[in-house]
Amino acid sequence: MSIPLSYNLRNLKARRLTTVLTVSGMALVVFVLASILMMAEGLRKTLVDTGSYENAVVLRKGSSSEVMSWIYRQQASVVETSPEIATEAGGKRLVAKEVVVLITLPKRESKRSSNVVLRGIGENSLLLRPQVRLVAGRLPRIGSLEIIAGSSVAKRFGGIGVGQSLSFGMNDWKIVGIFEAGNTGFDSEIWGDADSFMAAFRRPVFSSMILKLRDPSEFPRLKLRLEGDPRLTLMAKRETIYYAEQSEMMAKFLRILGFTLTIIFSVGAMIGAMITMYSAVASRIAEIGTLRALGFQRRNILAAFLVESLLLGGLGGLLGLGCSSFLRLFTISTMNFQTFSELAFRFALTPKIALQSLAFSLFMGLVGGLLPAVRASRMNIVEALRAG
Amino acid sequence: MILPKILFRNAFRNRLRTGLTILGITIAILAFGLLRTIISTWYMGVETSSATRLVTRNAVSLVFPLPISYQEKIRQIDGVRLVSHGNWFGGIYIEEKNFFPNLAVEPRTYLDLYPEYLLSEGERAAFLADRKGFIAGRKLTAKYGWKIGDIVTLKGTIFPGQWDFILRGIYRGRDKNIDETQFFFHWDYLNETMKKTMPRRVDQVGFYMIGVTRADLAAEVASAIDQTFKNSRAETLTETEKAFAQGFISMSWAIVMVIQVVSLVVIFIIMAVMANAMAMTTRERIGEYAVLKTLGFGGGHLIGLILGESVVITLIGCLLGIALTFPVAQAFSQALQNYFPMFNVKRETLLLDLVVALLVAVVAAIVPAWRAIQIRIVDGLRRIG
Repeated sequence: MSIPLSYNLRNLKARRLTTVLTVSGMALVVFVLASILMMAEGLRKTLVDTGSYENAVVLRKGSSSEVMSWIYRQQASVVETSPEIATEAGGKRLVAKEVVVLITLPKRESKRSSNVVLRGIGENSLLLRPQVRLVAGRLPRIGSLEIIAGSSVAKRFGGIGVGQSLSFGMNDWKIVGIFEAGNTGFDSEIWGDADSFMAAFRRPVFSSMILKLRDPSEFPRLKLRLEGDPRLTLMAKRETIYYAEQSEMMAKFLRILGFTLTIIFSVGAMIGAMITMYSAVASRIAEIGTLRALGFQRRNILAAFLVESLLLGGLGGLLGLGCSSFLRLFTISTMNFQTFSELAFRFALTPKIALQSLAFSLFMGLVGGLLPAVRASRMNIVEALRAG
Repeated sequence: MILPKILFRNAFRNRLRTGLTILGITIAILAFGLLRTIISTWYMGVETSSATRLVTRNAVSLVFPLPISYQEKIRQIDGVRLVSHGNWFGGIYIEEKNFFPNLAVEPRTYLDLYPEYLLSEGERAAFLADRKGFIAGRKLTAKYGWKIGDIVTLKGTIFPGQWDFILRGIYRGRDKNIDETQFFFHWDYLNETMKKTMPRRVDQVGFYMIGVTRADLAAEVASAIDQTFKNSRAETLTETEKAFAQGFISMSWAIVMVIQVVSLVVIFIIMAVMANAMAMTTRERIGEYAVLKTLGFGGGHLIGLILGESVVITLIGCLLGIALTFPVAQAFSQALQNYFPMFNVKRETLLLDLVVALLVAVVAAIVPAWRAIQIRIVDGLRRIG
């Protein structure tokens, strides 16, 4: 027969202050762990959702982002004739030639400036990115000085709303619409007509080309042909891979930081649990002796103390996870050093992260409670009874 | 003095618990010190930048260039002592993960503007004489094992092609916090090559670096420069080097903020561990406190005993943590050397460690001391264990 669970629960209640302190220490650790996992996941999700597996990006060879890349008009027309490109019902080829530059805009709250991606789009750009939806106003007309802004730009930067205008490139640009692109990188961009941007910035080249593949498995063929063509000095990447590479540095930074912090913190929390459990054992020696005298086995005592420690860990885990789930309400916007522009992403809580955090908190409870529980189970009955 | 002896004896009465508590505090102080060091490293660029140097760049954003013809116009502005120019080259050495800043600059004026980069006379002359030459910081050359005269090839990202450079000098920082991982070469080399390969991009500079005659003129000169190029094809934005560096940090402000919050959370974790240990200790000794009270010791003495013990434990943990911060920071900077060119633990950080430890000691002692004072002698004596 095992020792009933209510024994453990009452015990935790009897030592309220200690229980609360231990649980809150563990909760903080789980909170930190969960929030860093959520941040990394949010970043990953944003960039994975930005790219589509069916699309390919064409850039100048050697460039690491769209801003650094350029494609001459002649080169663009060669790429446009690739047989791997999908065609729409009307015979339209699903390929977009785009211009990407950065502009500096002041933020709404802090008034500090930050870089924003300005993307000049072609007529097919929206077809290639079904995630983008207009939420206010209308689309910019081709050849006009009109732009639309991503909802995240509209939220974070001042002076951006339908009917307002921005001035750059010696022109005033009227904002005619706001678009939403789910949780993707496009949400942090401003879009307008590619030819108007090229004229305004005196930049008679495209930055990148996006093409939808007839069949995603044909990508290696497209890549081989474009990169082998001596007329072109271009390279092709799958859109998903391109966007994953864009955040590699930031993702690695978050990973190393998260890993280091979690290890350090968890050692701290395990020590906290160990202190609590050792003292729980020390102050209950007589009790343990009585339990043994009543016929409970050594393994029952071991199990009882482990359960108590697991309860502490579990409570801490739930509390920490509960607090961190509120983080989902926040959006982080920071500069991605690789693209040199602002990127907004949310904390994302997935079932996997929840399970990982809870498992981790139980593990901390287990490790913290193991040695004290072993000590309790090894006690000699007579000596333990005498200690009271 | 008998008091320190009592405090130490008391603190180590329960060796296991105190040992664990000290270990916990050591780890927390270590984490705190590491996080503060990351934050201070982040701000290092601002600290080492000067308020007497100005940076002029295209007002639209950094990716747009300025014409080289601006150089003479800027030089004519009152208060300008020296004008240099350059481009962020963004070349890759063998692999993308080998990141270091590499810039094409007008070498003579640039070195005059940065007296903190120490270069021997011979090396300086050799660098200036060789258009394909470059200079690099001591840490960078040590990392890749470059020696004077070696040929180093960078793969251009912004400026396509394979670029060969010859190492002509190794600079040292005048102060400890000067970045010694940079790579500078002749802007002329870049421009002449562009004339052959990409005529569209000739005679364009990424930024002008300007030295002013007096620091208090910086703001005036900056606005005079921007005024000169107002309503032109390429409007300028001029700010002090400090403000420029600050701008970069404010762009990554969210990350700094997260690290700052986490470093505060660490303090709360230490408090929880320490308060827990003190609560357990005093609970066991309630009987003793009652005896002390019976003997006539007042509340002040009890506070002294409890607080003193708390201070002893946290201080030992804190000192151990500080001692460990250095080797761990070393390992950490190895792992993140692409992000932070240097990773020095500052004296301010260590002081902050001590302040935090004392704060934790006091907070952890409050509730136990309050309880010890409040308890009635009879109750205390009656209580068991």
